[in-house]
Amino acid sequence: MVRESGNEAQRPFWSGRPVIDCDLHNEVPSLEVLRPYLADHWCDYIEESAFRGPDADDYPKGAPTTIRPGLEWEGEVEGQLALMRRQVLDPLQVEFGVLDCAYRVQGVHDPELAGALASAINRWQAEHWLDRDPRLRASIVAPTQSPVLAAREIDRWGADARFVQAVMPVRSLIPYGNRIYDPIYEAAARHDLVVGIQFGGSPGHPPTPSGWLSTYLEEYAAMAQVFQSQVTSLIVEGVFDRFPDLRVSLIEAGCTWMPSLMWRLDKEWRGLRRDIPWVKRPPSDYIRRHIRLTLQPVDAPPSGKQLLEVIGQLDSDEMLMFATDHPHWHFDRLEEAFPAGLSDSLARRVLADNARSFYRL
Amino acid sequence: MAEHVVATLGEIPPGGRKIAEVEGRSIGVFNLDGQFFAVLNRCPHQGGPLCLGQQSGLLQARVPGEYSYTRVGEIVRCPWHGWEFDLKTGRSWFDPVRTRVRSYRVRVEMRESEGGGCGEEAGHRPGPYRAETFPVSVRQQYVVVEIP
Ligand code: FES
Repeated sequence: MVRESGNEAQRPFWSGRPVIDCDLHNEVPSLEVLRPYLADHWCDYIEESAFRGPDADDYPKGAPTTIRPGLEWEGEVEGQLALMRRQVLDPLQVEFGVLDCAYRVQGVHDPELAGALASAINRWQAEHWLDRDPRLRASIVAPTQSPVLAAREIDRWGADARFVQAVMPVRSLIPYGNRIYDPIYEAAARHDLVVGIQFGGSPGHPPTPSGWLSTYLEEYAAMAQVFQSQVTSLIVEGVFDRFPDLRVSLIEAGCTWMPSLMWRLDKEWRGLRRDIPWVKRPPSDYIRRHIRLTLQPVDAPPSGKQLLEVIGQLDSDEMLMFATDHPHWHFDRLEEAFPAGLSDSLARRVLADNARSFYRL
Repeated sequence: MAEHVVATLGEIPPGGRKIAEVEGRSIGVFNLDGQFFAVLNRCPHQGGPLCLGQQSGLLQARVPGEYSYTRVGEIVRCPWHGWEFDLKTGRSWFDPVRTRVRSYRVRVEMRESEGGGCGEEAGHRPGPYRAETFPVSVRQQYVVVEIP
């Protein structure tokens, strides 16, 4: 059941063009829905151990960033999907919508249970989401804290073209450039999938390099630092030299920090590149070639002016991909999901073309 | 074009270098295995004394772990921010086309120098006896930098 207050979504002025939404959330409403996809011993284990699911709260219920107040659904997929259709897919005439399930199996310490949950989630995604709306594409949930098991899960779905990426939470046990993650990148390369690095995660250590924080606001805003560390790690550790075709999307990362990271890495690389001789081109070059960012939440003032400046500073009109991040709450009216002031050709790129070529849609 | 003798051959042995003042600029002259190369001692980045930097090899890798280390001694790293320059061409490693340090042609050639004076300049007065004298000159090899 959906309760909805206020404005019914209307078609915004910018949406006469093709639209691909690169970040829609499908939430596992409870462990209950996964039961049909779990082996009996896991069902009993969950019962006996009073396991309630992963200990992660990236989107706390009631936080205004999580969902628009007065717009909660009660549990069921039907409600979520109906809301998604009514608020995003239909009014924007979305051609493809990429689901980014944020169920954090990566925080489950038993790797076998984490793997079983991931498999269950992916089957649930296929049956309850992908089978129900042909516009939807999905992200493979995988126990990325156990790269070999994660690779197995990616292989399981690699042939289903509706799964277009594998997701990893940006907060990881150790940085993603480390070679222990190679099985994941190999699997992604095998199936020509994007690796999506997504806001959140709870690996067990503090959410910033300087330690534990007091408030959700700090954690939410500081996530940009974690993204920066991961981008740096991927480049410095030579992931893109080892996997020259790997594509990485940064989901809900913001984008205005990216130019300064590019400048900084390029600058330091000139003098320190002997530490990393496999990095043969300026790091910004790798970033432009291999990395894309989803649009919402935009970490710039609402006018399009600053965003245009950022796109100029990125020196690429291919890096941003439209996303509403539905149902997370970043704008009051759908109209505001996309900034004004972009030229028609740039708007087309950001709204659909960039994602189409990146995700091979 | 002007030629300047900056050192005798023996002053810059293989692996050695000398910084010389030539026409008001500081130039580093390097002996790489018997071949001489000269570059301006002023880094194109922010003007650091490039020729005082560490000389080392060219470190490359296709992927992490596959190191190749070649041309040992032919790369100089600016002491200020570590930019690497090829001593043979003056080109930087990271942007060889646009970021380069001025380089100069160097030759080694045999030249003659006149023998020293007889001491009168130093204040000695000639005595009453004179021995028979012979003109002396030294033929040796010099390192010559060409300034265009
Ligand atoms: S002055 Fe030489 S590297 Fe900066």
